[in-house]
Amino acid sequence: MRLLVEPAKVGALVFVAAILQVSIFSTFQILGGTPDVVLLTLMGIALLRGSIYGASAGFAAGLLVDTANLGTLGVTSLLLTIAGYWIGRYGETTGRDRAHAPYVSVAVATILVQFGALFLHYMLGDPVSARVVLLDALPAKVGLNLLLTLPVYALTRWVLGLGTVPERATEVQLLG
Amino acid sequence: MSSRSATAVRRRIVAGSLVLLSIVLITIYFREPVGGGLHGVQSTGATVLRPFEVGATRVAQPFRDGYGWFSGVLHAKSENGRLRREVDVYSAQAIQNANAVDQNAQLKSLLNYVSAPQFPKGYDYVATDVVTRPPAELAQQIGIAAGSSSGIRINDPVVNADGLVGKVTKVASHGAEVTLLTDPDMMVTAVDRATQATGLVGTGQSRGTLIVDRVSKADLVKPGDLIVTQGFHYKKLSSIFPAGIPVGTVSSASVNDTDLYWQVQVNPRVDFGSSLQSVLVLVPKTRKH
Repeated sequence: MRLLVEPAKVGALVFVAAILQVSIFSTFQILGGTPDVVLLTLMGIALLRGSIYGASAGFAAGLLVDTANLGTLGVTSLLLTIAGYWIGRYGETTGRDRAHAPYVSVAVATILVQFGALFLHYMLGDPVSARVVLLDALPAKVGLNLLLTLPVYALTRWVLGLGTVPERATEVQLLG
Repeated sequence: MSSRSATAVRRRIVAGSLVLLSIVLITIYFREPVGGGLHGVQSTGATVLRPFEVGATRVAQPFRDGYGWFSGVLHAKSENGRLRREVDVYSAQAIQNANAVDQNAQLKSLLNYVSAPQFPKGYDYVATDVVTRPPAELAQQIGIAAGSSSGIRINDPVVNADGLVGKVTKVASHGAEVTLLTDPDMMVTAVDRATQATGLVGTGQSRGTLIVDRVSKADLVKPGDLIVTQGFHYKKLSSIFPAGIPVGTVSSASVNDTDLYWQVQVNPRVDFGSSLQSVLVLVPKTRKH
């Protein structure tokens, strides 16, 4: 059962985040940047469930965003797959159980995804301005993402914890 | 093989496969024509997602309205003063324009003048919601809720109450992509309504501003002039934008000895930010569905 419930919960989270991003959060431009709730949700999933879930969720989220925006299919998937995998690996190794792991993941992933997006759009011949992407938008985007990290991470953790039966103790340790 | 190394191999295979699949998708999508298979799948997917996007937009509307209300209150006093001054100017202009319209009609009837299709007379319109926006720093496109099933085709002009918004660049059955006037690839032939100086409107150096390029030094451009679409016709070529759609107001105009053309900066009339929530797609009345 757990084999089906976990992917279903991750899929629902990714779907809701992608829809909210393309229809609501992209319209909030503050100081030149827009928050990226898809990346934030992906961070939560990858840190809590590991790199395989991170990469898969990133791929699905990217596909949804590109489909909804009628953008070049695969561009956002590629970026978010790599971001999800990296965050997942960070969580599985050095970031495990560290309070600052979500913030570090979000800051680094936001910067790398933005650089990657600029590179890919440039390679595809889309008209993008490095100054706008990196100087005008990036600092505000990092700031906004960091502000939203805690609530989105808490929400993701709550959703992923729903319906999970706590593991029973297999042995009893006597104290005293 | 230990379970630890088996997990590591599985992890790498999954990530590698997804990266490879993404690259394959990009390559096929980039190389195939607009009517290709992957574009068709995307169009169907976009149609399926559209109701969710519209629903999310409606749920967020009260919050947007609340933000707009507070923002409006903050700027109300200065805006009120500016609008009062504008009302005085426009009232005087309205009287002059009414006289000019009467005179124009009389002269046309005297000359038996045959007009070309003009905005908005020669067009029907499809009013539709803006449902998606990619990150503004990477793309200057928006998604709208109406598509080919509403008669919309690629290159149809898109406007709102303030003026020119852009043009349709991709069409699905129940959705379309609109490239905004602020996209670096967009150029629109335009004319200064006061002086009849013509040029090409494109995106400016700073975000959200426009420029008018190729305005001859022999012409005259002044700050405050209204720039509208020119809607040229030359042999079989014609602009996709009808004449007379407001584009923006000249904020600065300068020229020096070394320049071939005027340097003209324009403040767009349309707010391309989050307040752009609905648009009108112009569909020529002559189009056969």
